[in-house]
Amino acid sequence: MDAATDNVITARNLTKRFGTFTAVDAISFEVRRGEIFGFLGANGAGKTTAMRMLCGLSLPTSGEGRVAGFDITDEAEKVKRNIGYMSQKFSLYEDLKVWENIRLFAGIYRVPDREIPIVGGAMLKRIGLADVRDNFVRDLPLGWKQRLAFSVAILHRPKVVFLDEPTGGVDPMARRDFWELIYEAAGSGITVFVTTHYMDEAEYCDRVSIMVDGRIAALDTPFELKKRYCTQSMDEVFRTLVRGEGKKGGARL
Amino acid sequence: MTGLGVEIKGVVKKYGTLKAVDDVSLRVSPGELFGIIGPDGAGKSTLFRMIATLLLPDSGKITIGDRDVVGDYRDVRSVLGYMPGKFSLYQDLTVRENLDFYASVFGTTVGENYHFISDIYRMLKPFEKRLARHLSGGMKQKLALCCSLIHRPQVLLLDEPTTGVDPVSRYEFWEILKRLSADGMTIIVSTPYMDEAYKCSRMAMMIGGKVIKEGTPDDIIAGYNGKLWKVSGREVYGMLLAVKAYCGVVSCDSFGDSLHVVVRDDIEGLRSYLREKGYDDVTVEATKPTVEDCFIELVRDGCSDR
Amino acid sequence: MKRMLSFVKKEFLLILRDKRTMLILLGLPVVMILIFGFAISDDVRNVDVAYYAHRENILIVKVMERIGANETFNLVGRCGSLREAEDALLSGEADIVVCFDDEFGAQQPIQGKTASVEILADASDPNTASTGVAILKNVMSRYYMEHTGNESLINPHTRLLYNPAMESTYNFVPGLMGLILMLVCAMMTSIAIVREKETGTMEVLLVSPTKAWMILLAKMVPYFVVSCFNLATILLLSVYVLGVPLSGSLAALISVSALYIMLALSIGLFISTVMKTQVTAMLISVITLMLPTMLLSGMIYPCENLPLPLYYFSMIVPARWYIVVVKKLMIEGLPFIAVAKETLVILAMFVVMLALGVKKFNDRLE
Repeated sequence: MDAATDNVITARNLTKRFGTFTAVDAISFEVRRGEIFGFLGANGAGKTTAMRMLCGLSLPTSGEGRVAGFDITDEAEKVKRNIGYMSQKFSLYEDLKVWENIRLFAGIYRVPDREIPIVGGAMLKRIGLADVRDNFVRDLPLGWKQRLAFSVAILHRPKVVFLDEPTGGVDPMARRDFWELIYEAAGSGITVFVTTHYMDEAEYCDRVSIMVDGRIAALDTPFELKKRYCTQSMDEVFRTLVRGEGKKGGARL
Repeated sequence: MTGLGVEIKGVVKKYGTLKAVDDVSLRVSPGELFGIIGPDGAGKSTLFRMIATLLLPDSGKITIGDRDVVGDYRDVRSVLGYMPGKFSLYQDLTVRENLDFYASVFGTTVGENYHFISDIYRMLKPFEKRLARHLSGGMKQKLALCCSLIHRPQVLLLDEPTTGVDPVSRYEFWEILKRLSADGMTIIVSTPYMDEAYKCSRMAMMIGGKVIKEGTPDDIIAGYNGKLWKVSGREVYGMLLAVKAYCGVVSCDSFGDSLHVVVRDDIEGLRSYLREKGYDDVTVEATKPTVEDCFIELVRDGCSDR
Repeated sequence: MKRMLSFVKKEFLLILRDKRTMLILLGLPVVMILIFGFAISDDVRNVDVAYYAHRENILIVKVMERIGANETFNLVGRCGSLREAEDALLSGEADIVVCFDDEFGAQQPIQGKTASVEILADASDPNTASTGVAILKNVMSRYYMEHTGNESLINPHTRLLYNPAMESTYNFVPGLMGLILMLVCAMMTSIAIVREKETGTMEVLLVSPTKAWMILLAKMVPYFVVSCFNLATILLLSVYVLGVPLSGSLAALISVSALYIMLALSIGLFISTVMKTQVTAMLISVITLMLPTMLLSGMIYPCENLPLPLYYFSMIVPARWYIVVVKKLMIEGLPFIAVAKETLVILAMFVVMLALGVKKFNDRLE
């Protein structure tokens, strides 16, 4: 971690090109320790590509980035070991029991064997799933699965956790329960980097960046963004930005 | 054009012991833009597949116009447009090839019905030669819509067309649906996004295979029982925890930058409680419930009934 | 009809754009034929020849010189004893050992008596052995004739060691045809249909007024065409590159092959109606088609040698019947009537599989 600035994520002119197409166009930003950082953008704006680079899964074409104190180009493996990741599509093994999933992922992230029962048990209790530890994950309601997946992703106490549309399709109550977990994690010092298509969730973030055409079109607190664009909701901020940029750059796929 | 009405009476569909759709009855009038709103696993897709003649109900009856979806399924299919949950495009065909193919599947040509989809297709026209796999979510969704409209169906079924699609594309998509509905087409559309409910003329809320409420968005909001307060301040999460710990609170949910709170007695109690806790910049005002508030209330009441 | 055409066109576009599948579909037969064919390639070279003579004489030296001059052979030396000769074969130092009798060339050959030469060949690689021996005989006879003006005085006795019956020389071509056609048709069709279930396009097709059988037929046509193309590739490569004879009726061979292809397609169709994901369709194809086709069809092991339960099981392996047909028609050159029984079996299997497939494939999702 950059001790001086306390930044957990730093991106400097991070760029990714596929052939002639620039998916991510020299984005720069910092995310502080314990911050909830909302990473928004239209479909195809380059969010997923940027996130993959930050997770050490894909090499930047140019520019640099540091995540959890490691360089994403040269120390990708160390980056991977010090982050957590959860997406809407894949997070847990459906055909394993709750407890088996916990043991598996704890093992993958090198939580010491004797600590697993303690940490895992405490975690299940906290999210209220202690009673279903021997149930198959596929039998749980989606909201529970997502809560479990998130808790598993931070079981090894990573410095930062990346969440890719974690609440898609989840019912309103489960969505709020999920966000309480996010707040809790952030409160305990884990940095949360989250993408979402729910604009009310954007409001829950400490700061929000909105990507348009591979660039970061705006980055600030929800409050400041709403003030700047003279609107009542993040939904309108988003629409203004994406539409406006869209007109400038022509329709984009 | 006039669409056909859809009538669903006491439909049940079981998978083993699980009732995916549990005694659902709905009536959708011709030309309506009808929303079915509920989270994943509520039974929306199963219901759609039964309407689309792809699954047989265990009991109950579904009719489209006067055609039964089981007995007259061939007739039903000729008046139906159906867009399944996944966008159902051929990823390795271009935009135009997808459209041409679906046109011929339904025994028509793009030329014949072009005027019908021209509004939407105009946006895709510049990318006619691009493979579907290289389109963004919003564009795929528009192309899939074009494909399911190309034979001018009288009833359009859209299963979660906006899931995973960004807010701007979603907005545009609903504008298109409104226009189609205004032209007389019957549209039934499902969505997990509660805020999209306002775009529908009527809607049904589904959870756990059951319809828990049906009506116009206004009806549903009017049916909200509690008195809702909006509490806003700087530190929403801290406030949320504080309010939840308050003994007189019935429910408290975060809504964007504020909290929606229902209290048992007087709101003044909460005001002074928050001041005591050190939240002195708090504003508390009465607010109109949203569809999401209604959904949460209905589900909570349902839970406490059980 | 127009609808059908656009279905077929779509199917072709999808196959053509899926480069990897395309490569497998068209490349697999070529690669397999060439890999297998390498072992029996007609173009035999670098055959290591040693010789054994108890007492060496000038004629033996001359004959061996002539052999060494032939581009096919490398002269590797003289063995001290018969024992050494066999060791050389076993260790692979020599592929062929020519053993000269004491009488050979000792004096002017006795009138009416043939020269005594024995050729030992390592037939574990049957192709090299048989071709090498044939060329060797030829070289020796020619030399002897030039030298003595006397024809057929050398009539060497040949012993093929390690694989005396020369089994499997051409066997792999019919076997490979049975395997490739089955894999390409059945596996690819089933995967193609299941893929549409996975992507959700099948739902839309089913909801359209298109009849279910038409969707299926349209799926089969392109794979039928690709398989016919593969059949042509295999036959051309076999005949012109590997020199496998095509002694029987080509028309009969093609007709039965077409029938076999249709059988494979109907099996693929059946698998696709039962399976829900591409992965399971692939696995089931491999387990139920590829392994039995390779192991229980006579392609690698003769069916007659199978344990009894497996022998009976092999009766329901389509390739087993097809391979017999190809052997009889192509290599043995028998008339069509000789394969009537096998053809009927394949036909019956086709009818049964198609009926099952169409029955299972209903136009709903359940």
